[in-house]
Amino acid sequence: MEGKRHVLSILVENEPGVLSRVAGLFSGRGFNIESLNVGPTLDRGMSIMTITTFGDEQIIEQIVKQLRKLVTTIKVVDLTEHISVEREMVLLKVNAEDSRRAEILRIVDIFRCKVVDVSPEELTIEATGDRGKISAIFSMLQRFGIKEIARTGTVALKRSLQD
Amino acid sequence: MELTGAQILLECLKREGVDVIFGYPGGAVIDIYDELPKHPIQHILVRHEQGAIHAADGYARASGKTGCCLVTSGPGATNTVTGIATAYMDSIPVVIITGQVPTPLIGNDAFQEVDIVGITRSCTKHNYLVKDIKDLALTIRRAFYLAHTGRPGPVLVDLPKDIMQAKIKFVWPDDEAIKMRSYNPNIKPNKRQLQKIIELVKKAQRPVIYAGGGVISSNAAEDLTWLARKLHIPVTATLMGLGCFPADDPLWLGMLGMHGTFTANKAIQDSDLILALGARFDDRVTGKIAEFAPKAKLVHIDIDPTSIQKNVAVHVPMVADMGLALAEMRAIVESDLGAFDFVSAHEPWVKTTIDWDLEHPIKYTPPKKGEAVKPQYVVEKIYELTKGKAIIATEVGQNQMWAAQFYGFQAPRTFLSSGGLGTMGYGFPAAIGAQMAFPDQLVIDIAGDGSIQMNIQELATAVCYNLPVKIIILNNGFLGMVRQWQELFYKKNYCSTCMEAQPDFVKLAEAYGAAGFRVTRSRDVEKVLKEAFAIKKTVIVDVRVAQEENVYPMVPAGKSLGEMLLV
Repeated sequence: MEGKRHVLSILVENEPGVLSRVAGLFSGRGFNIESLNVGPTLDRGMSIMTITTFGDEQIIEQIVKQLRKLVTTIKVVDLTEHISVEREMVLLKVNAEDSRRAEILRIVDIFRCKVVDVSPEELTIEATGDRGKISAIFSMLQRFGIKEIARTGTVALKRSLQD
Repeated sequence: MELTGAQILLECLKREGVDVIFGYPGGAVIDIYDELPKHPIQHILVRHEQGAIHAADGYARASGKTGCCLVTSGPGATNTVTGIATAYMDSIPVVIITGQVPTPLIGNDAFQEVDIVGITRSCTKHNYLVKDIKDLALTIRRAFYLAHTGRPGPVLVDLPKDIMQAKIKFVWPDDEAIKMRSYNPNIKPNKRQLQKIIELVKKAQRPVIYAGGGVISSNAAEDLTWLARKLHIPVTATLMGLGCFPADDPLWLGMLGMHGTFTANKAIQDSDLILALGARFDDRVTGKIAEFAPKAKLVHIDIDPTSIQKNVAVHVPMVADMGLALAEMRAIVESDLGAFDFVSAHEPWVKTTIDWDLEHPIKYTPPKKGEAVKPQYVVEKIYELTKGKAIIATEVGQNQMWAAQFYGFQAPRTFLSSGGLGTMGYGFPAAIGAQMAFPDQLVIDIAGDGSIQMNIQELATAVCYNLPVKIIILNNGFLGMVRQWQELFYKKNYCSTCMEAQPDFVKLAEAYGAAGFRVTRSRDVEKVLKEAFAIKKTVIVDVRVAQEENVYPMVPAGKSLGEMLLV
């Protein structure tokens, strides 16, 4: 994907069809979505979406303006312009024969991950962190053989204290 | 007292000021049709749902009000999609009511079920599926509110049959209730930016106003005309902007873009300041973007933030309603009059543009003796006979461009044409809508033989309601614009553009109960047009025109505005 990575935080009315309006806007205009996460907010009438996408300045400006133009959009913030905290959760099912199990558990410990399911041949690991940490865990576990993964996509919030 | 959903809908439409609705009945909307005769809303039964939406669109463009159409579920709804996309591209306020299968059947592939909300999501400003009768009145009110505020556009409301039949106490939602925290279009102009623009105009030596449909839809044509004359700035317009400035004014440059005048395109390319007002830098207007107006500073005022900085870099951007912006700018200029002599400052430039127009006027080669009628001549005659006072709808293609080039539009809302989508079959139903809005006005559809056949069935509608729409077919036996491209860019490979089997349009008109005329010689054009305009009924005039006549000037796709092909 070309251009810089941007994390957009989009506050929308919690109405049927809102997700497809937003996702449809991206696909209909040829913008790419790297990850999309959506959930309710403290106010049950609103949902917050976190979308990571790539593009040059002009494309991102268009994306933000188009998102704001949707009748159901309340607020759009490009978190890339702010200091923000980003997290993603990943579940990884890893090959774990007896001889390698201890090593895997050590890595799980170092990265402060959790083992959430065990079987004689596999371990399922829950990892949470920013992009850097997630990609480091991936590269460390790859050599054991990752059999399946499920990712939530990035969630992000602006930091409370901004310079 | 409790009302049914159908009664609530009609009560809401009445209160929204709907006096005419274009529609076609079906199983899912029978309840509404059952109630319709009890309400003061005239229903116009079209012959195809595409006709309904285009007619509602034409009604809206001509009158400035919000158009409304009513169709059934499934095929009724999908038949409106082209018309919805047409209204969306041209920012026309229309509310579309579609019937839907009962809520318990939604998602079951029920008879005549289609997810029209999903289908039209990308070509409506917004759309709704009403799932609870409690939401009905508020949804209809919001639909009208959304359609005509901010950047106008079509809004669709999908109504399941059981919602039409359910009963509830009717409460009319007040203005406070229709407000949405997520919808607050920015309409107020920034006064300091406006002052900055006037300062730029003072410094400019070769300013041009480039006006678009936004000037017309925000009813700003009068202020634009006043300002252009006071600031002494030449005016060009997009296809959608035609009529926003009188074509007989010396400051008028003609339309710009692919089939724009030499003068307008040259003026844009040489300009040092462009005031882009309610226009969106469409690719048909700019030509090759990288070479568009290379010497100019750009000012862009538009209601839609997404239109600004979309294609070209703008020096002074402003998001505002054009009506408010130009009224405010006029007030600033009025309070500042005498401080600056705009006429002297810009007169050499205005004179240059007038000289260009004298050197390269919009023109065509007149026919030699025995040659077929020239289509441009027909449009010129229509203009001459109507003195620019008719409402002109067009189909799409060469007929549309000749109408834009050779008819001198004098007033806003007198030119109805599918600009953004280029929808063949738009003109005739749109003319029907306009004639409903203005029963006493002369309404003319300038058509091609290809386009007119796309919604020809609406002849029955026009005849049924005694609508004296005049259809002037510039009949060259071709899909002319595609043929022109095939000639110029595809080595005359006229693949599938020759309309070999033509109906007899005169007999066809008569078969529907309309009047039909045929013209084959230039000398008969004026006489027949006069006769057609005098008849108080629907008329087709089938003018056999030169088959291989082209639209010039032409900027080939991908070239700059400076690279025009002339006659």
